[in-house]
Amino acid sequence: MRPEPFGALLYHFGTRRLSFLKNQTVLAVVRSLADHPSARAACAAAGVPDAELPAYARALAALADSKMITERTLA
Amino acid sequence: MTLTQDRASVRSPGRLADLFERGLAAPICLTWELTYACNLACVHCLSSSGRRDPRELTTAECEAVIDTLRRMQVFYVNIGGGEPTVRPDFWELVDYATAHHVGVKFSTNGVRLDAAAARRLAGSDYVDVQISLDGATPEVNDAVRGAGSYATALRAMTNLAAAGFRGFKLSVVVTRHNVSQLDAFSQIAGRFGAQLRLTRLRPSGRGADVWPELHPTAGQQRELYDWLAAHGEQVLTGDSFFHLSPYGEPLPGLNLCGAGRVVCLIDPVGDVYACPFAIHENFLAGNVRQPGGFEAVWRDAPLFARLRAPQTGGACRSCGFYDSCRGGCMAAKFFTGLPLDGPDPECVRGHGEAALAAAGLAARPHPAADHSHRPGRRAVPVTIARRPPGRSCDENPLAPPAPAEPGRP
Repeated sequence: MRPEPFGALLYHFGTRRLSFLKNQTVLAVVRSLADHPSARAACAAAGVPDAELPAYARALAALADSKMITERTLA
Repeated sequence: MTLTQDRASVRSPGRLADLFERGLAAPICLTWELTYACNLACVHCLSSSGRRDPRELTTAECEAVIDTLRRMQVFYVNIGGGEPTVRPDFWELVDYATAHHVGVKFSTNGVRLDAAAARRLAGSDYVDVQISLDGATPEVNDAVRGAGSYATALRAMTNLAAAGFRGFKLSVVVTRHNVSQLDAFSQIAGRFGAQLRLTRLRPSGRGADVWPELHPTAGQQRELYDWLAAHGEQVLTGDSFFHLSPYGEPLPGLNLCGAGRVVCLIDPVGDVYACPFAIHENFLAGNVRQPGGFEAVWRDAPLFARLRAPQTGGACRSCGFYDSCRGGCMAAKFFTGLPLDGPDPECVRGHGEAALAAAGLAARPHPAADHSHRPGRRAVPVTIARRPPGRSCDENPLAPPAPAEPGRP
């Protein structure tokens, strides 16, 4: 993950796909996913209003589809 | 590279292309030509390659560039040439890059991809390979790339497939003579478990001399657009064909000229140009050997600042299709003698043909450097130094006195 003025760029070496985080809020959400029990909690902590939760859910689902983020495994 | 545009967009402040026009903290696509040496002499070579340049970066200097790319979080580099694999330290540099988490995608004519090299490549997640082939038949390919080059490429692909390397790229420059072979290229790629990549013929390097006869005709451009639109994301294009977008829906990709904004070129002597198709002093931003190295060039070069500033659109601004083609390719305009703020020479609205006729051949600029093989001269082997020679004659006793080169450090 590489920070950029508009958000961040992500690159996956396995799939060779590039994805974009188009603003700072979604970057904050992705960065803090591991620290929260759920994606919803991560969104709340980053200050995402309830009305925008569906858009964030779609963005995170797209990242999961392209394997940029994965379900956590129990340590 | 595959761009999953709009996948992760939330409350988008604008199209990605609009964000990228202002430039990025580091390039997405960095092309690095490791050497001007090449075993072939393709008629359309972008870099007029053939003979090694004695000033080429040393192994240590290449490693320092890789250290910089790692620091800048450049995900991967597209290595080319010349033929990069003829550099004796090529594999050493690939290993150095991947060990430092800089991915490598390299373009080759396949000359050094024997079975052992293919096995080595198949074992790494961080290395991708592009085999160049410009005809689906030996006749069409060898007319452009030289006798025997079709067989060399097919042998390399056979070795990669046998080693279990899946998804390497079959890279084709689309010309007047191979545009009717796109389905045949797809079949060849399929046969070897490869992915097809099509790119645009640019009038750069030696390509300037053959472009008038080799570039697709207007009718062929339309066929090409339809084929690309039908095959979508299965075919990579390196965002080559955004000048065709006014035919209909935009093609997959960013659809903008990335020069100095999301792409650039490091040439074999360390010169940094705005894009791989613009090896000319007008597009020279600096050199990796200067203080601050590549990072300072990318961040501070006045040329790059100009390219990242809002563009006016010039003569194209009044055209209703400007938002889809954005005036086309800067290098294609420059090397055909057209103004940079006017139409692309292959403008699908036909404005390029009129502009070409008006500009005439005399307006075409001369390429900056020519490393082509010289007929009748015997090759002189030139070694890769571990550190730069103090004087040119330390490298070659026949070296002429160093000429004054404005713009070069």
